[in-house]
This record gives sequence, C-alpha cells and structure tokens, in this order.
Amino acid sequence: MPEVTGMYELISRNKRNSWLLVIILVLTIVIIAIVFGYWRGGQQFGAQNAITFAIIGILFASTGALVSYFEGASLIMAVSRARPADPDSERQLHNLVEEMTIASGLPKPKLYIIEDSAPNAFACGRNPENSAIAVTRGLMNKLNREELQGVIAHEMSHILSYDILFVTIVTVLVGSIVMLCDVFRWMSIFGGGRRRENRRSGGGQIEAVIAIVALLLMILAPIFAQLIQLAASRQREYLADANGAKMTRNPKGLASALRKISTDTEKLEAANRGTQHLYIVNPLKGKAASNKQSLFSTHPPIEERINRLEEMT
Amino acid sequence: MAPLIIIVVIIAVVAIWIVAMFNSLIRLRNRVKNAWSQIDVQLKRRHDLIPNLVETAKGYMAHEKDTLERVVKARNMAMDAQGVAETSAAENMLSQTLKSLFAVVESYPDLKANQNMIALHEELTSTENRIAFARQHYNDCAMTYNNAIQMFPKNIIAGIFHFVASEFFEAEEEEKENVEVKF
Repeated sequence: MPEVTGMYELISRNKRNSWLLVIILVLTIVIIAIVFGYWRGGQQFGAQNAITFAIIGILFASTGALVSYFEGASLIMAVSRARPADPDSERQLHNLVEEMTIASGLPKPKLYIIEDSAPNAFACGRNPENSAIAVTRGLMNKLNREELQGVIAHEMSHILSYDILFVTIVTVLVGSIVMLCDVFRWMSIFGGGRRRENRRSGGGQIEAVIAIVALLLMILAPIFAQLIQLAASRQREYLADANGAKMTRNPKGLASALRKISTDTEKLEAANRGTQHLYIVNPLKGKAASNKQSLFSTHPPIEERINRLEEMT
Repeated sequence: MAPLIIIVVIIAVVAIWIVAMFNSLIRLRNRVKNAWSQIDVQLKRRHDLIPNLVETAKGYMAHEKDTLERVVKARNMAMDAQGVAETSAAENMLSQTLKSLFAVVESYPDLKANQNMIALHEELTSTENRIAFARQHYNDCAMTYNNAIQMFPKNIIAGIFHFVASEFFEAEEEEKENVEVKF
C-alpha cells in the first residue's frame, strides 16, 4: 500500500487552524462584551454588564442552533429532496460506503440519493451514530468507482471530524456577535444616556475612547465574524479532503472526482444559500462563480484542493 | 492542616490521571484486536461468495473447467488453513485464482453481460477492497496503539502494566509479485 506522506501533518495542521479560529471568535465576544459593558455602564457597572451581555448573547444564539443540531438530518434531507437509497438496487453505493466504514471504523451512515443530474454530495449528523450521507444521481452516473469512493470518504471524514458540531459551535459564536452588535446599535439609537455616576476627572477621555471603540466594533465585528466563519468552513473542507485521502489511501481518486464535479455545468436544483456549505463543492454556480474564490467563499478554490491532494503521493 | 489537604488533592488528581491513561490504553488495545478479527470476517465473506460465482460461470464457460476448478480448490485450501502464515499464503493464492478467472471472463461477452455476473463481479471487487481496507484499518489501529504506549507519559503506565506493541500487517514479499498457483 503506498505511503501517503504529508497526510497526517496536514490533518493536524487543519485541525489546529480551525480551533484557532474558534478561539478568535470567543475572544471577539469577550472583547465586545467588555467594551459594550463599560460603554453602557461606566466603571461601576462595566464588569457586571459585560458578563450579562455575553451570557444573554450566547443563550439567544444557542437556541436556534440547538434546534438545528438535534433535528438536523431528516430536515435537511427533506429540504434537499433526498430519498433513502435501497440496499438491493443501489448495491455499489452501499458497497462503497461499507468499505469506508471498514477503513475508518465508523458506524455506517444512512444513505440517501437525490435524483438530480448535477454531481454533488453532502453529509450531515451530529455524531457518527446519527449520521447520513446524500449523493446525487448525477454523481453516481458521472464518476467511476474510485472517484465515487473518494467523495464518500470525504463526506465520511466530515462525520469523523464532528464537523456538524463544529459548524454549530461557530454558528452560535458568530450569531452571538451579530446579535450583540445589533442590540447595541438599537440601544445607542433609542436607549437613554449613559449612567453618569462615575464622572471622575480624566474619566471623560476614557469614556470617549470606549465609545469610539464600541462604535467601530458594532460596524466591523459582524463582518469580521462572518469572515472567520467562512475561513473555518474552508479549513474543514481541506481537513475532510486530507482525511478522505487517508481513508482510501488514494488521493488521486478524490482529486479526479473534484475535477469532474467542478467542470460540470449543471445546476443542483435543491441547493440554496442555507445548505450550500454542506456540499462537497459549492453547488451555487453563477457565471463568475469560479472567479469568486475569495474570503467570502464557503469552500476553498478547487484548483488548490486538487493540488494539495495530488501532492500527497 | 492546609498542606495535608493539598497533598491529598494532588494524590487524588494523579490517581485519576493514571486510571484515565490506563483505560485509554485498554481502549486502544481492544480496537487493535477488533480490527484484527475484522480481517478474518472479510476473508470469510469472500469464501461464502465463491460457490455462487462458480455456479454462474459454469454454464457459460464449459471450456474453462480448469480455471473454475482452481478457484474452488484454492477456496477450500483457504478455508482449511491454520495459523497466520498458512492462511496468508492460502488467501493470496485464492486472490490469484480469482484474478485469472476474471481475466478469462473478459473473453466471454455473454457471461460478462449476464446480470448475475455483473452483480457478482461488483461483490467480489468490493470484497477484495474490504480485505485490503480491513488490513489498512488494523495497521492504523496498531500505529495509534503503538504510539500511545511508546510516547511519554503513557509509556510509564504501559511499562508497569505490560502493554506490548502490536505488529504491523505487512504484505509478504511474495504477495507483491504474481503468485504462481500451485496445489
């Protein structure tokens, strides 16, 4: 069996990078809570406020996320028009997945097929025991056995890495930041004056600085948070590619699959902005889609993904 | 009083830590054992598929009795083999006979197009893959386990409780070349 060098290092690096981004988000929340806390409350109530705001922000953002986390799979499958894959008539698909369960030691996910001729696939599920993978009919028809297996391995890697959990955490954090900034924007327009109990000399200057920082945060933090969210999403895609290559020990299979998927021009009917990040290749294709690979993409540039895979052998 | 409490707490923390490390090593070692038996499961699966394959092919391949017989013989030998070395060699030979069989099938278009045959071919391809992946998974588990017992600080626990490194499953030199089928 060929030695796939660089694979393990790549996997560690991607994991570290993605958790680094989570830490940055948490720090952002802390900073926002502190700045807004002191801005609205002055020195006397600053710390108290900060803690309250942080907790409230995270709680509100969490409730939405928790619902999607637990309901996840069946809802997503329905929205994507996916139907369960019959084990007798879809033998090869089931075989490919079962081979990957042997290679990874993971339990076998539920399998779904989307009757669409655009080639694509996605995985969902909060943990390996409750996971599901969907592939399109187009994918099954257009890829050969090893390419299809590469895609399946990529999807199972998402499950292996608990990516849905990771994405949920990131969504909660980003949601908190956006929510906190919204609340304060609202409060600064309609809210009463700041408490003026602490008018010490020199305090006025600090208050002014805090006010300016708060305003900057209000405008920039949400954008910053979303950029971090997209960066984290891209890291996890690289991670899934690397783990998938490790599972099959055949990076070329996935590289070839990515090439085929990316050059296919068909549009995936059931995909929309809410589900785009789940697919192996972003299914939303505009005329300028291939040029739009930037900080605002959920997925890394295909060429780069293919290069990294091909460098692994 | 205070120093005594601190000492007790430290001892408790260390004790819990040791238990956690021990349990983690047990978990890893059991994974290795499980992965090893998975290989056998896949080998047996292949044994079970072969009778059906031979039946389907027989009707179409009247002139290829030799090829088919070799497959059956190799399968029986593999099922009777004892011990790692013997099993390994027997399974290798079985793989070779199957390869020959499918090479021959290529020249029988009717058989090749037969729905049964197509399905069987997929099953056997999958089975060969499963055997390979089972071995790969075993090696991965063995590596993780060996890393754990050799790296600090678990290596101390491993030494105390006699955790032994696992051997890797390596393709025998003969496997890498085409094995000559001999009975």
